Amino acid sequence: MNIIFFQAALVVYLFGTAFSLAYLISLRKFFSLAGKYTLFGGFIVHSCALVWRYAEAGYTPITNLHESLSFFSWSIVGVYLVLQLKYRVEVLAAFVSPLAVVLIILASLFPKEILPLAPVLQSFWLPIHVVLAFVGNAMFALAFAAGVMYLIQERQIKSKKIGPFYHRLPALKVLDDLNYRCLTLGFPLLTLGIISGSVWAESAWGSYWSWDPKETWSLITWFLYAALLHGRLTVGWRGRRAAIFALLGFGILVFTFLGVNLLLTGLHSYN
Amino acid sequence: MEIILTGMSHKTAPVEIREKFSLPKETLGEFLKQLAELPGVQEGMILSTCNRVEILAVVEEEKNGAGKLMDLLAGIAGLESKELAPYLSMRENEEAVKHLFRVTASLDSLVIGEPQILGQVKEAYRQAVANKVSGIILNKLLHRSFFVAKRIRSETKIATQAVSVSFAAVELAKKILGPLNDKGVMLIGAGEMAELAARHLLSQGVKEILIANRTPSRAAELAQEMGGQAIPFADIPGKLKEADIVLSSTGSANYIIRKEQLAGVMRARKNRPIFFIDIAVPRDVDPAINEIENIYVYDIDDLQGVVETNKEERKKEIQRAEEIVQQGVENFRRWLSSLEVVPTILSLRHRLDKIRQGELEKTFSFLKNATAEERRVLNLMTQAIINKILHHPISLLKHQEKREQGKLYVDMIRKIFHLDEEDEEEFTA
Repeated sequence: MNIIFFQAALVVYLFGTAFSLAYLISLRKFFSLAGKYTLFGGFIVHSCALVWRYAEAGYTPITNLHESLSFFSWSIVGVYLVLQLKYRVEVLAAFVSPLAVVLIILASLFPKEILPLAPVLQSFWLPIHVVLAFVGNAMFALAFAAGVMYLIQERQIKSKKIGPFYHRLPALKVLDDLNYRCLTLGFPLLTLGIISGSVWAESAWGSYWSWDPKETWSLITWFLYAALLHGRLTVGWRGRRAAIFALLGFGILVFTFLGVNLLLTGLHSYN
Repeated sequence: MEIILTGMSHKTAPVEIREKFSLPKETLGEFLKQLAELPGVQEGMILSTCNRVEILAVVEEEKNGAGKLMDLLAGIAGLESKELAPYLSMRENEEAVKHLFRVTASLDSLVIGEPQILGQVKEAYRQAVANKVSGIILNKLLHRSFFVAKRIRSETKIATQAVSVSFAAVELAKKILGPLNDKGVMLIGAGEMAELAARHLLSQGVKEILIANRTPSRAAELAQEMGGQAIPFADIPGKLKEADIVLSSTGSANYIIRKEQLAGVMRARKNRPIFFIDIAVPRDVDPAINEIENIYVYDIDDLQGVVETNKEERKKEIQRAEEIVQQGVENFRRWLSSLEVVPTILSLRHRLDKIRQGELEKTFSFLKNATAEERRVLNLMTQAIINKILHHPISLLKHQEKREQGKLYVDMIRKIFHLDEEDEEEFTA
């Protein structure tokens, strides 16, 4: 049953993305609203899928790649829906929803069966650790989208070649603020995610830190975002440099999430 | 009689020279009186704006009117006329008329099509009228120039293009800085276009306006008008820390803002972006500054590039405006030559004779059986009436020809007898 909801969510997200992209091209108000509400509808359906799966499995369903990708996608849409209330950037959906759609499509490609939970994961730390980590990641995904938008807009204004994106994208200041806001929200979440994981590791594996590839790469990600935050707060990094960092950070984050699981083996590999 | 126009503008003189001519309104009347007292000067007007000072005068022939105007200009600035000569342009008759039309229509402006100049020419003319130095030629010439300017404004797109340049600048500022309500603006140079753009920015609710001008009095004046703060020219580098938008329009020969000044500024600002709007020609802001992160420099060409994708169209509009100017010059020339006494007498005779002929024919059509002799007598009689009527007006015209008021009589007679068929704006102007 959760699979049906999951697939419904996927289809609704596809429509939401199509509307959002249609808005980006046509700038028709209707598409903007349709995109937003469709994504909201998809989010509700997706939430049902997660709750259903939780009920069917009996544990927090973020334990394999299908579940993780699905939850990541859900988090991104959720974070977008919250942030768009404050930052009224109508084209944001066009940059964020494709990301969520790609993730949920990827999720649909991995085995979806509910398997008995590995004993090592049977802990109340599981939901705390993974939810913190993924909501943090979703924040960084939004920072990434804002960074992409910033770089496009900045290039146009700097080169004085005013293209079609000039009118569509918001002010550089708004995009930079959004980037910063996502960073200040995402960084504590990532930090807490790592700390909670470390505490959990101590009780599960007997050591706070064991340089498993996931841990190592998470630390690299953390350092990168820490450098960006530090640069922003002390020397006033902003704009283009901050946007590039957000892109870089997200690239490493995606590798930490997918690359490590698919290419490297370690304690975090559960497939 | 000759119309001469001498003066300088941003095209002929650097700002260091031009700024010596900034005339407060109160002293303008003084110089107008001096102008009127120059021997041979019949009418005159002084136009003084941030970018130009020009004297227009109607003078008697062969009295070296131009030389005297130059002396007067030099006197205004406290310079020798020799020093001034290289910066002055000198135009006579049709060239002078054409220049006035082009200036009034904003074709000679820094930002072509900017709307301020028409008002400034009107004000200059008003001053000339108030000081009783304008006369029949200037009145006609200025009304013609307003007419031409209005035609160009309504029939071509150059005015909307100028407005959209300032609009585009504000739009860009918003795309870079977000809402402008907590932003600081610095004006460097206080020209017309700067003022226009600054007012546009004020309407967006910018927080503060700093105004730096070479002539501090003008900066103070503008600061008071706009609720800003005048700062000395030397303080510009230090105050860049506070300015998010810098609008420069001094037309100095060298860069006012150089790249090396900005490294420290950006550090102090913690890289908060600055948007330089450089509407000066030649430029005030080193274009290399655009390479610095978080700084954006747009000069007037860049802004125009934002506004119109099609440069050809803009050229076409200017071309059309120039054609309208040329028509205006042509009309004025016709009017001017009509003020000569002899052609006026001829056309007056011609006009009355046409009426006489017409009436005569009508009369003959009633008198079917009039003899040839009777017809001849009637013909002679009507001719005699016309001659009697015209005798006094014509001798008056001839008598007044050499006097100053001669043109006035000629003009009056042309109006009373409706000798100029297509003088359409005469009653409306």
